Amino acid sequence: MSVYDQQATRKPPISQIGAILWLRTNLFSSWINTVLTATSLYFLYLMIPPLLDWMFFNASFSFGTINFFGFDIKFSEEMATNSNCGRVGACWPYIYEKLYMYTYGFYPRTETWRPNIVFGLTALLFVIIPLVKNYKYKNRVILSLIVIYPIVSYVLISGGFGLLPVVETHLWGGLLLTLVIASVGIIVSFPIGVVLALGRQSELRVIKLFSTLFIEFVRAVPLITILFMASFVLPLFLEPGNNSVDKLLRALIGIALFQAAYFAEVVRGGLQAIPRGQYEAADAIGLSYFQKNALIVLPQALKISIPNIVGSSISLFKDTTLVLIIGLLDMLAMVGLTTADPYWLGRETEGYVFVTIVMWVMLYSMSRYSRKLELRFNTENTN
Amino acid sequence: MSTDKSKTNKTNIIEISKLNKWYGDFHALKNIDLEVKEGEIIVVCGPSGSGKSTLIRCVNFLEKFQEGTVVVSGTELTDDAQKIRKIRSEVAMVFQHFNLFPHLTIVDNLTLAPIWVHNETKQEAREKALKLLDRVGIRDQAEKYPNQLSGGQQQRVAIARSLCTSPKIMLFDEPTSALDPEMISEVLDVMVELAKEGITMICVTHEMGFAKKVANRIIFMDEGQIVEENDPDKFFNNAESNRLKMFLSQILTH
Ligand SMILES: Nc1ncnc2c1ncn2[C@@H]1O[C@H](COP(=O)(O)OP(=O)(O)OP(=O)(O)O)[C@@H](O)[C@H]1O
Ligand SMILES: [Mg+2]
Repeated sequence: MSVYDQQATRKPPISQIGAILWLRTNLFSSWINTVLTATSLYFLYLMIPPLLDWMFFNASFSFGTINFFGFDIKFSEEMATNSNCGRVGACWPYIYEKLYMYTYGFYPRTETWRPNIVFGLTALLFVIIPLVKNYKYKNRVILSLIVIYPIVSYVLISGGFGLLPVVETHLWGGLLLTLVIASVGIIVSFPIGVVLALGRQSELRVIKLFSTLFIEFVRAVPLITILFMASFVLPLFLEPGNNSVDKLLRALIGIALFQAAYFAEVVRGGLQAIPRGQYEAADAIGLSYFQKNALIVLPQALKISIPNIVGSSISLFKDTTLVLIIGLLDMLAMVGLTTADPYWLGRETEGYVFVTIVMWVMLYSMSRYSRKLELRFNTENTN
Repeated sequence: MSTDKSKTNKTNIIEISKLNKWYGDFHALKNIDLEVKEGEIIVVCGPSGSGKSTLIRCVNFLEKFQEGTVVVSGTELTDDAQKIRKIRSEVAMVFQHFNLFPHLTIVDNLTLAPIWVHNETKQEAREKALKLLDRVGIRDQAEKYPNQLSGGQQQRVAIARSLCTSPKIMLFDEPTSALDPEMISEVLDVMVELAKEGITMICVTHEMGFAKKVANRIIFMDEGQIVEENDPDKFFNNAESNRLKMFLSQILTH
């Protein structure tokens, strides 16, 4: 029998931990990697300093007044003009000046509180959903929010119903319009997508054929084509001889049908991941087709599909910028519109950089948020 | 149990005649004739691929068949959704891999059919579910999710789930063959209890101890046919066909 001394605990050798190890394993692990790292660093060196110079060091910030969601913040008495910016760096006062256009388009200034409430509600929605996690009726709460939110938002933004003055859709623009198109597109297309996904798996030949044809047709056509069709062809069916069907509505129909096909494929992926045994058990206890899908299959399939649903929604969000092609004035279209203003000629770069940053911040937070949400709701361990 | 073994006076609750089933070109069931009396316990055994699962899955129409008739408690199985639902609410099935619903708690797994198929109130269904869980010995797990339970516990939940709708007939498809050896007996104990209560059971299993103890009849299948059918005594001691003799020698020496 042997007896061993107790061993002292030590830290790992310095070359095996921390920053040095990280650098060695990730950036300089082989000579190819080292070359790539060096090249990337060189390109960053070429690009970053001029960009920073343009955006910050040579840029003008402090002229005029900024109107931020209805609040005026005054930087200086001096009017912001194209000429007191110069041409060396960015002219951010252009953005302050046009922030209203970028946010609301031509929405009447007296009614701004309405879209502001909608922006607030949207933010609130994102805050509430994770909070109800442990609430017994969380599914019901979330579902009813998803139904109520668009209705309230619609009434607020569009007015009418004898409650609020009507603001016609051709006045909507900027971020407001982007949000309207994206959220309507996502909310309307989702149930259609689920139905199409189920249809594609249906045992009824006609339904299966129709769903498959629809999905495959739409997925093989670019969104621009669908927007053009919705814009020019749809009116022929809807109101022959009359071209007055709301332009926004036409675009929304096109986008919703487009997105439905993509959601259908995403959901189908989830459906295929559900083991046969689940269907059999549901059948064996006597559930109807509808009950089987609503209670057993979809809850599991949709949960598996959440990451792809979010991914597809983010794609759609980006694709909404294409509506400028059919003359809708979303955030991106505002760049062209506001730089056509003779006082602000030649400020496209500022506009595109600004829109890029806003889009990135929104979409990146959306994807982080959904990741968090997924972890939060993933309490029960599924097979 | 020996007094139970001659229920000749009872009526037939399942009548299968000239049942033929094909998967594509493959003839999976060949001219099956089988009558099951109310309260009878039937054990079905046979080599893998012999059609045991297919046969019992025809009883609740999980599998469609091409020829023959299956009559379950007076209703003939046809492609009529209403009839099928009625049959399924009287015939419960327990699967080899449990097939519990992983996104629902144990008690919600049990109350699903009573609430949605039998229109019971949540309260009623829940009380009954808890009683059944008590009976299979896992009442304290009611609020957990299926994956937090052991295999044996999951299968007992599955049995409780199938009992929730007070079925007249229970179908078991190898309920213990996905279980670790130490968990088999806890599930068999529950099944023995059920058998004593007079519920009609058709049970595909290779647990011959269970068969000897409770079966009224044992059926041996091979290649889609019923090869031999007998009461347990004769089945094990006086096997006639060579195929059964071979099967028994394989299974009993294990
Ligand atoms: N969905 C299917 N499609 C095609 N063939 C099938 C299908 N299901 C079963 N079969 C075939 O039918 C035959 C009988 O299958 P069944 O599952 O009834 O056998 P079993 O006796 O239950 O076998 P095991 O003991 O392995 O469960 C097998 O040869 C099998 O390959
Ligand atoms: Mg089988």
